[in-house]
Amino acid sequence: MSWSSCGSSSVYSLSSSILVANDPSSKLSKRRFTPNISQPGWKQRRDSSHNNGGVSKVFGYYGLKSPPYKLDALEPYMSQRTLEVHWGVHHRGYVEALNKQLEKNDIFYGCTMDELIKVLYNNGNPFPEFNDAAQVWNHDFFWESMQPGGGDMPTLGLLQQIEKDFGSFANFKEKFTEAALTLFGSGWVWLVLKREAKSLAIVKTSNSINPLVWNDIPITSLDMWEHAYYLDYRNDKAKYVNTFMNHLVSWNAAAVRIVRAQAFVNLGEPKIPVA
Amino acid sequence: MALRTLLTRKTLAISPMGMLGLRGLQTFSLPDLSYDYGALEPAVSGDIMQLHHQKHHQTYITNYNKALEQLDDAVAKCDASAVVKLHSAIKFNGGGHVNHSIFWKNLAPVREGGGEPPKSSLGWAIDNHFGSLEVLIQKMNAEGAALQGSGWVWLGVDKELKRLVVETTANQDPLVTKGPNLVPLLGIDVWEHAYYLQYKNVRPDYLKNIWKVMNWKYANEVYEKECP
Repeated sequence: MSWSSCGSSSVYSLSSSILVANDPSSKLSKRRFTPNISQPGWKQRRDSSHNNGGVSKVFGYYGLKSPPYKLDALEPYMSQRTLEVHWGVHHRGYVEALNKQLEKNDIFYGCTMDELIKVLYNNGNPFPEFNDAAQVWNHDFFWESMQPGGGDMPTLGLLQQIEKDFGSFANFKEKFTEAALTLFGSGWVWLVLKREAKSLAIVKTSNSINPLVWNDIPITSLDMWEHAYYLDYRNDKAKYVNTFMNHLVSWNAAAVRIVRAQAFVNLGEPKIPVA
Repeated sequence: MALRTLLTRKTLAISPMGMLGLRGLQTFSLPDLSYDYGALEPAVSGDIMQLHHQKHHQTYITNYNKALEQLDDAVAKCDASAVVKLHSAIKFNGGGHVNHSIFWKNLAPVREGGGEPPKSSLGWAIDNHFGSLEVLIQKMNAEGAALQGSGWVWLGVDKELKRLVVETTANQDPLVTKGPNLVPLLGIDVWEHAYYLQYKNVRPDYLKNIWKVMNWKYANEVYEKECP
């Protein structure tokens, strides 16, 4: 009997999700068996000593989550072709690779995606499954960080926080763009809420690393791997980044995330009404 | 015919040093390819070759020159921290220039010998060390496909130990970062820009096909110079 290396609280969530080994990419199986969230999974080995006879192997797996918009919704800023390849081939590839790796190693079962990434990162000495797991999470996060009719500016509390931590929104935009253009190689640029410092910051990461491994809370992200922009912009990174900032980034999603983050990070003095 | 000589300058810019800069600082310039952009089809498309050479490599050179000028400034002002800060830009852009200069020489159209297996000393060394050329190719393809993110896969020779090695480097790190005695014989660019337009994410197909335009003659020359 092998034990999951993740927290015991996750065991309770397993009982409700019975997943059968279907083809994850078939639409039918997605509708019937895979709800539109990443499910933790488990694996039940066919244990011959228990004489279970015809019990089939049950595989838990992570599913490919669809972006919250149609694949052509981001035109002309991010073409349907890019989304078809980036989501349908790259992202799907990461999910399938992760599932295949997890088949061999069930000590990682029973985790939510967030937990899994921290466990696999192993404090800087990552397991081989880390890349695939992190890239699955990163891309889920990235699709949700964009929306049709995105861009413009954040409002209310998020804007206030940005102005507090960067001086002005224009300065933040400049810093974010600069970070994206000075990233060497493949990686991501993040706007994060740092837990310790209780402030927003811009962070660059290489390859598949994401700020969860440092226990920070990502607010929005930009994929700077070449496959994210090559079909649409070739090597014109500046145009891609500017287009993202002006037309794609979803400040609504960012606002939701920072509101949720405030459940964990106290961002200011509570407004106690004066009697 | 004249048009062709315009497009394919036979004389390679062997030395990458270009004209002297304003302050006597030598700047680097883009070396020419000894073949047309479309000459490596269908293994590598003309589109990719043109973008790769004219845009990507040129950008590395431009940024390298800029970084060197800033370095010159910082050294003149004895600003040690500015010097150190420039190191990553120099390593990245300079490495990009070095690596791509080698890469263009590693490739040759089929009618100029691209893809022809190595003979003589390099051929024997490969058979001795790896068993056969197929094994070497398989090994390099496996390492290239497994490389996360961006980087290069190399066939190099350790000039002290006189031994062939297969190595990978990340981003634009030159082979010498894996060992000071390593001399690159062949490098394959596995950054996505090197194959994405043609192969999308199927890097293994790109790796399989690029051997068809591999210039073993050049690799052999370098090898014989290091291991006479």
